[in-house]
Amino acid sequence: MSEVAERNIVLAGFNDRFENLDDSVSFHTHRRDAYDSLCETGLPHIKNEEYKYTNITKVLESKFSTLDKGNSDIEPAVLEKMTIDGLDVHKLVFVNGIFSSELSDNGMPEGVKIINVAQAVADDNERFLTNFGKASATNDDAFLKLNTALSEDGAFIEVEKNAIVSKPIALFFINDASKQSLYSSARNLIIAGENSQSTFLQYYMTEGNEHSFTNVITEVIVGENAHTNLYKLKNNKNSAYHIGTTQVHQSKSSVFSSYTFTLSGAIVRNNLNVASDGEGCETHMFGLYVLDGNTHVDNHTAVDHIKPNSYSNELYKGILDDNAKGVFNGKVFVRQEAQKTNAFQSNKNILLSDTSVINTKPQLEIWADDVKCSHGCTTGQLDEDALFYLRARGLSKDSARSLLLYAFAIEVLENVKIEPLKVYLESIISERLHKDF
Amino acid sequence: MSKDDQILEEFTSKEYEHGWSTDIESDQAPKGLSEDTVRFISAKKEEPEWLLEWRLSAFRKWQKMKEPKWPNVTYPAVDYQDIIYYSAPKQKKQLDSLDEVDPELRETFEKLGISLEEQKRLTGVAVDAVIDSVSVATTFKDKLAELGVIFCSFSEAVKEHPELVKKYLGSVVPVGDNYFAALNSAVFSDGSFCYIPKGVRCPMELSTYFRINAANTGQFERTLIIADDASYVSYLEGCTAPQRDENQLHAAVVEIYAAKDAEVKYSTVQNWYPGDKNGKGGIYNFVTKRGICAGDNSKISWTQVETGSAVTWKYPSCILKGDNSTGEFYSVAVTNNYQQADTGTKMIHIGKNTKSRIVSKGVSAGHSQNSYRGQVQVMKRAEGARNFSQCDSLLMGNQCGAHTFPYIDIENSTAQVEHEATTSKIGEDQIFYCTQRGIDEESAVALIVNGYCKEVLNQLPMEFAVEAQKLLALTLEGSVG
Repeated sequence: MSEVAERNIVLAGFNDRFENLDDSVSFHTHRRDAYDSLCETGLPHIKNEEYKYTNITKVLESKFSTLDKGNSDIEPAVLEKMTIDGLDVHKLVFVNGIFSSELSDNGMPEGVKIINVAQAVADDNERFLTNFGKASATNDDAFLKLNTALSEDGAFIEVEKNAIVSKPIALFFINDASKQSLYSSARNLIIAGENSQSTFLQYYMTEGNEHSFTNVITEVIVGENAHTNLYKLKNNKNSAYHIGTTQVHQSKSSVFSSYTFTLSGAIVRNNLNVASDGEGCETHMFGLYVLDGNTHVDNHTAVDHIKPNSYSNELYKGILDDNAKGVFNGKVFVRQEAQKTNAFQSNKNILLSDTSVINTKPQLEIWADDVKCSHGCTTGQLDEDALFYLRARGLSKDSARSLLLYAFAIEVLENVKIEPLKVYLESIISERLHKDF
Repeated sequence: MSKDDQILEEFTSKEYEHGWSTDIESDQAPKGLSEDTVRFISAKKEEPEWLLEWRLSAFRKWQKMKEPKWPNVTYPAVDYQDIIYYSAPKQKKQLDSLDEVDPELRETFEKLGISLEEQKRLTGVAVDAVIDSVSVATTFKDKLAELGVIFCSFSEAVKEHPELVKKYLGSVVPVGDNYFAALNSAVFSDGSFCYIPKGVRCPMELSTYFRINAANTGQFERTLIIADDASYVSYLEGCTAPQRDENQLHAAVVEIYAAKDAEVKYSTVQNWYPGDKNGKGGIYNFVTKRGICAGDNSKISWTQVETGSAVTWKYPSCILKGDNSTGEFYSVAVTNNYQQADTGTKMIHIGKNTKSRIVSKGVSAGHSQNSYRGQVQVMKRAEGARNFSQCDSLLMGNQCGAHTFPYIDIENSTAQVEHEATTSKIGEDQIFYCTQRGIDEESAVALIVNGYCKEVLNQLPMEFAVEAQKLLALTLEGSVG
């Protein structure tokens, strides 16, 4: 009884917003299905295994009872905060989840088709409609449904066959919470054609001091032999809430690399689900979270090896200070057919304070016998011997500590292939690590 | 009269008919579980009032609980009202010689290298007068009594040492701990009780006596081991011989209490009927085992070799409450055909400088599913906690599965926790190496698996380790090729 009542608080909140959507477009059937299904199941509570450590529904209920879309008159100057020195990108800007053509770059890079989702929906774009939801077909996560039910805008990007796109395509998501608290839900769809090579950067930021909630989904369909890189960077305010789901579907011989950096946020949940659905797929997943204050990050990753001869590698590292809470759940599934799979997973954490917490659950589920799978997980503190070594050579305690922490983080950072981005992240992290001592 | 009333009426009148709530002549409780069943068991065992109340509180909690659905196992629903919860020990048909024993069973004994006398005992053949197991048992008992060690059946302990039982029963596994523990608390029939007084080092493996004397412990077994200050005991449960038990559901509870400087070593070898080759029948083994290192510097070590049962659901755990206490868990779980095992451990670090070590080796063959599920929790105050976990899985054949679900929850920055897991199959080069040297493929697999499990088998007491090795080979028989 009480459970139903609790569900209704949130559902009532977005009912209005749902009713105001244009129901004449054929896309609306997706939204309607998701809405109906969500009304039945409700949002997850901590009794749900997937949300055991992250009670995000409670936040929605207490702080976002109306799921307001918000309005905004963001100045182009804000974008400067998100500029990465020396990085030339094709820029797409979304304010409160809605595409802003004024702030975005005009035109399209060669070999790429970019349409914003609102446009694709209004036009009944066939490519969009047939590919929408394809990569997330098996996912019945409630927040995915919530996103689908309220999805209005986002980026629809199609990389053509054989296209090699050298310039990264950057998606900037700005939530303007300067006037009121708001809930934004962008929905992106990326299709990488056969033999194509492309790089995407997602950067999330919040302006203003009111509460902001982002529930974003990015679907990536990686074609045969395609190479796709996806960088995700969150340098939100510590009052911002974020659920970001990346759904990936890989075809034969494709290579997909994901890089997730979480540097702040009240509650951040990163879902990364990869279906390795073709022979010879390669999947790389890197993650780094450096948190302090009252922050909470939850990284959920899942790799599903469906076909033989595929490879996956996962490395997630975290440094937690103050009251920061880290959650890691990495799943590796190897189906019966997926023989000769190699899957590796590693999660390493350092706790700097006694009030920081880490809950980690590396999970392997294997149904095929001719595989090599392993996972490792450590939680600890800096090596006393290493600290002593450095101090014996004249480094102060503080600089020795920050040097070692930096070295710990660099193992993830050195995999970043875009040099200016790497430099940018290194500077943020080293600044953060010094500040603490 | 409505249907409900009718049933109620029938039910109540039936009860009257037999009058078993007051009269305890019958040796068997009627089918089903109700408060009256609990009272019946308690009365039958002439238990004191407090124990009856304890059982009843467990039963009431059980009624409100739901069967857990989270383990990675599937089995047809158990009808808890279709079970006879108490019956006096069955009189087995006495056989006159081993020739009458099922030849298949005898063959297994041969392979395990179990002595002839032992075989007779296990199959229920009348034992020769020369080897008087009773007198052997008595000798042991005298020796233990001299040292002040109490080792007896649970019912005996309730009568002879009520103060100890009352103090410790349910202190580690509370009545409402989980569905099966609550069920066990309500209806447990018997079990063993063991108390080691201060400073005593128990001179023998407590199995020796156990194996001779208490073979039929039944379905809802309750074990309570109390190790007082600075004492030591090594306890062995189960045996390598196949157990042809008629009971489908087993829900045992084991509680261990280790006081200051005490050390308890608990080893299990479980080889219950796993069902036939098509997954029909077999035992459901739903066990709650937990030990508490209550005093400083205490140590509890679990070693288990699980090869039997159709479905296993078992997590021997340690609560490391005392400072500098240590918990260990060594496990080999082998599943074949359609067996399913969801097993692992919990290490709860509460005290300072507590240490734990987990070594779990899973082998799955045939169509079986083998899961490791474990938790390492370091509480806020547990400074300097240290954990090392290793869980390896070996897959044989492409129809089976191996799964790992480790939960690691750390709240203290001085904790050092490591976890590693691997999954692989036996290398073809390894098999080739063996076959090249004239070892046939089946023995080669047995050899490699034994090597793989060595780290755990080494923890077993000598006599058991040898049998366990043979048992591993036997369980995997026919899984190659």
